[in-house]
Amino acid sequence: MVDVPFDTVAGIPPAEVGEVELYHPRSWWTRYVFSQDAKVIAVQYSITAMSIGMVALVLSWLMRLQLGFPGTFSFIDANQYLQFITMHGMIMVIYLLTALFLGGFGNYLIPLMVGARDMVFPYVNMLSYWVYLLAVLVLAATFFVPGGPTGAGWTLYPPQAILSGTPGQDWGIIFMLASLILFIIGFTMGGLNYVVTVLQARTRGLTLMRLPLTVWGIFTATVMALLAFPALFVASVMLLLDRLLGTSFFMPTLVEMGQLTKYGGGSPILFQHLFWFFGHPEVYIVALPAFGIISDLISVHARKNIFGYRMMVWAIVAIGALSFVVWAHHMYVSGMHPYFGFFFATTTLIIAIPTAIKVYNWVLTLWRGDIHLTVPMLFALAFIITFVNGGLTGLFLGNVVVDVPLSDTMFVVAHFHMVMGIAPIMAVFGGIYHWYPKVTGRMLNEVLGRFHFWVSFLGAYAIFFPMHYLGLLGMPRRYHDIGETVFVPASAHDLNAFMSVAALIVGFAQLVFLFNVIWSLFKGKEAGGNPWGAASLEWQTPETPPGHGNWGKELPIVYRWAYDYSVPGAIRDFVPQNEPPAALSAQGAHP
Amino acid sequence: MAVALILLLVAIASVLFHLYSPWWWTPLASNWRYIDDTITLTFWITGAVFFAVVAFMAYCVFRFRHTEGRQAAYNPENKRLEWWLSVGTGIGVAAMLAPGLVVWQQFVTVPADATEVEVMGQQWQWSYRLPGKDGRLGTSDARNISSDNPMGLNPNDPNGQDDVVVQNDDLHLPVGKPVKVLLRSIDVIHDFYVPEFRAKMDMIPGSVTYYWFTPTRTGTFEVLCAELCGAAHAQMRSNVIVQDEKEYHAWLEKQHTFAELSGQRNVAKATYRSGSE
Repeated sequence: MVDVPFDTVAGIPPAEVGEVELYHPRSWWTRYVFSQDAKVIAVQYSITAMSIGMVALVLSWLMRLQLGFPGTFSFIDANQYLQFITMHGMIMVIYLLTALFLGGFGNYLIPLMVGARDMVFPYVNMLSYWVYLLAVLVLAATFFVPGGPTGAGWTLYPPQAILSGTPGQDWGIIFMLASLILFIIGFTMGGLNYVVTVLQARTRGLTLMRLPLTVWGIFTATVMALLAFPALFVASVMLLLDRLLGTSFFMPTLVEMGQLTKYGGGSPILFQHLFWFFGHPEVYIVALPAFGIISDLISVHARKNIFGYRMMVWAIVAIGALSFVVWAHHMYVSGMHPYFGFFFATTTLIIAIPTAIKVYNWVLTLWRGDIHLTVPMLFALAFIITFVNGGLTGLFLGNVVVDVPLSDTMFVVAHFHMVMGIAPIMAVFGGIYHWYPKVTGRMLNEVLGRFHFWVSFLGAYAIFFPMHYLGLLGMPRRYHDIGETVFVPASAHDLNAFMSVAALIVGFAQLVFLFNVIWSLFKGKEAGGNPWGAASLEWQTPETPPGHGNWGKELPIVYRWAYDYSVPGAIRDFVPQNEPPAALSAQGAHP
Repeated sequence: MAVALILLLVAIASVLFHLYSPWWWTPLASNWRYIDDTITLTFWITGAVFFAVVAFMAYCVFRFRHTEGRQAAYNPENKRLEWWLSVGTGIGVAAMLAPGLVVWQQFVTVPADATEVEVMGQQWQWSYRLPGKDGRLGTSDARNISSDNPMGLNPNDPNGQDDVVVQNDDLHLPVGKPVKVLLRSIDVIHDFYVPEFRAKMDMIPGSVTYYWFTPTRTGTFEVLCAELCGAAHAQMRSNVIVQDEKEYHAWLEKQHTFAELSGQRNVAKATYRSGSE
């Protein structure tokens, strides 16, 4: 235990609790495999998430091949197409984005950004990863079980999810539900860690209102996830019981292929309520960490403090809270009582206000900045464009009566890919290009990075922007082949082919990214401790990459917020959070 | 410079695509012009915001890109500006929400003179039922379903005996008459979707949902299923044929009632039995 004295000049009180000895790895296994170091766990989470994400990417190619050139690829039939869309959606939303933002970015950045040595429960943190890995393996196993993975759509709506008209009814759906249950167990262990670490393990001087917005985003998203995932958990358990034991939580009296089943008395809509009570907050569980990351990227690379920090924090909190009372906007045409539409349309459109504030503050941060068009900055700009685009189409779908013609069409597919597919992925890439030097000590290659950026951004925009118009035309989603349909002109098929080609090109650009990540690990330019000149704590570690325990002998003391860029009168264009005020350093009081 | 230009081009190209692309909604064939109008209004408001934000960003990138010796301004917050922007956004949101809710009120208020029509979904076909002379539909239950009674109508309900049952055929509707479509499913969730009518609602096994509309022009309109219902979801098709009153009645005359159909089947069954003996 180190007894740290009261910092009289800066008025920072002494630590309330002394330091606890960390678990020190004794072998290669406990250092790199069964590691309790949040940084190693973060890398494990990221690699696993991106590996399963590659599977989902390949599935999207297969889907686009089928949609762009229906009938050409005999190895894709209607059943397989449904299995592809289901697995693609589930993997991307939960096993890639949620795991990467919270398990990957959260684990790496939270302890470093709050000036802690590690997560507060390192052992549980390690377990969290291994349970997550198990969930991923169970999910991947569905590709090899008899009947293949479930083709119920990622929303898994009963009754069809567990009836014989849907592919993967025998084993696929059981494995899927089991995997979700495991994922939630694993996530809860990690999530409790992130929340307690942010609340309890911040270093001296780091008040909540001095936290970088990345931490605010991940923290709020984690709180939401801890409240939202239980709804999915119970829905999964109940659906599993309906499938395995013949209970009827979600199953009314119904006929299966002409035969009356023994089900009766359940409610299919109940499942939808439970699913979306999780599912809507899930959108923001993915979006809020992205908001935070983008705020920090823009601020660092425009060399300017984030505009309206306090408003940004309250906007994150308000969005997090409101997102729990909008879930039924996914159910306007579900057959629930139509009067719910008034309430949920109103709450949904109100969410646009704090969200718009965030967008204004990002672009106002650029105003009178000193904008370095680095690769992370380019991704941040692309995030704003795709997020604004996808957010605005959300105003169509949130406005109950406008949703009626558009729901279940390609407009919805375009909307959610833009807002919670492309936009968060832009934040992920921006974040990786930004923090890779801290994780590895080397820079990612700039030329490959720019190539990757332009192909990904313009390509993805070319896929999903025109897709809205197919939905407007009336083209429904989850059709493996629209076939001869009167209202679909031949030109729409050409547009589909164009989008498919774009999707293949964008997909291959991701291979360039993977190559860059591996190549730069060995051949990248040496980064030094703080290549971007950033003020937040994670860039002020004594070693890069940071060692076990992050901070060497003594924890940092924080004297300011994370956004002191281009402060008038300062020598450099950034002032690290742990740099004492001028008066203090002149006295030599700080080590 | 190039970056700013590309960002601006993305915004301009999006607007041009919206204005000049050949893909737009299918021509309306129902009374829900208000829905189309609300969508158009929403396009204008959101389009303006999108263009403004991206153009502003492009300008910032152009004007404030890093050059030797540039220093960024230090400008933590501006309460007034932030409040003005919030209030402005609130007004824009209200401008879209208010008409939306007004139209929704109309959408959920079924006119008293609407005729009831039942649509039943099952994997993977549509069946229809129209009330007979009494103007009322009989009750139904999935438990009554058999090969003789595929829609599960209640054989003891007098209201159901004269119901017109349309199977393996298209639904015909008279033009200009409001219709309340009662939606029912006997297996999984389906969704009765005719793009030209704009209206849409899921059909839930175990309950009856509905929407209403008035067909405003004659013609044949394709029916699709808009809620994933299993392997043959994409092939679950049918047609709605909107006709003038006279043609509609001519068609209606030729249809069979539930009583006739069950009678016929009983006759057929009896013949079969005697034949086998």
